[in-house]
Amino acid sequence: MKSLAELQAIRDRARAQVGLRAESGASTRVQVGMATCGIAAGARPVLNAFVEEVAKRGLKDVMVTQTGCIGICQYEPVVEIVEDGRKTTYVKMTPEKAVRVVNDHLVNGNVVTEYTIGANTQ
Amino acid sequence: MRELALNVMDVAQNSISAKADLIRLTVEEDTAADRLTIRLEDNGCGMTPEQVKSVVDPFYTTRTTRKVGLGVPLFKMEAEMTGGSFSVWSQKGEGTALTAVFVPSHVDMIPLGDMAGTVRLLITCNPDLDFVYTRSRDGRSFTLDTRELRAVLGGEVALSEPEVSEWIASYLQEQTAVVEGGNEE
Repeated sequence: MKSLAELQAIRDRARAQVGLRAESGASTRVQVGMATCGIAAGARPVLNAFVEEVAKRGLKDVMVTQTGCIGICQYEPVVEIVEDGRKTTYVKMTPEKAVRVVNDHLVNGNVVTEYTIGANTQ
Repeated sequence: MRELALNVMDVAQNSISAKADLIRLTVEEDTAADRLTIRLEDNGCGMTPEQVKSVVDPFYTTRTTRKVGLGVPLFKMEAEMTGGSFSVWSQKGEGTALTAVFVPSHVDMIPLGDMAGTVRLLITCNPDLDFVYTRSRDGRSFTLDTRELRAVLGGEVALSEPEVSEWIASYLQEQTAVVEGGNEE
């Protein structure tokens, strides 16, 4: 059973390395569209996959968050990745695609072109 | 929606947009009475009586990208489809409460789904807000209050921290299994 003592342990570990992350605010944001359209199209498993995969890889400078409807409901689930003012929009996402985006894009810096909106609107 | 948990994820977004900082979610099941109640309460900006009336209208929305808003109307329809009911209470400046009552034995009942997963994502993606989630069935219940977690974690560890998020996920799963257990289906 999970206990609050485990949370305390997490806090104590974090305190020990607080210097490391103090100035390293999240520089990359992963925004998953979670309005009615996104959720109905399967955005929750996609969001879950991003949260899990980012946690598994310990990506400290990535913040996974949810956003509303951006008006392209036919392409949901939509995921936007924002880094230093640059925005990449991935469309028709799945949990499997999410894992690849974390590995290729967030870890190695290579945009997965075939999943972007540009490659899916022709 | 395929799961009621997805509807909750969706309508909770309205509370977040309403600038709530405390959102209470209660999922209450009474198998003898054949009732499942989902209540979502927030301390956001609230609505005027006119807005309360129009919130269940699919052609009413506060967003500007399109002219329809399906979140609340869908949730209402799904409750009423089972012979249940749906109500909205709101007071400008105080908050809003949605109550949806379902009849689980009805053929049109949509499964509750992964409510623990929804709550975990809501907390992880909105680490600055507080959530109080209560799940009960026939007298057994548990509550997760992020204010208590925050007190343990102190100011320096966010609720969105991966390790904390994992802890929340496991805790919710374990507790849900206890509450839902003992009633084999």
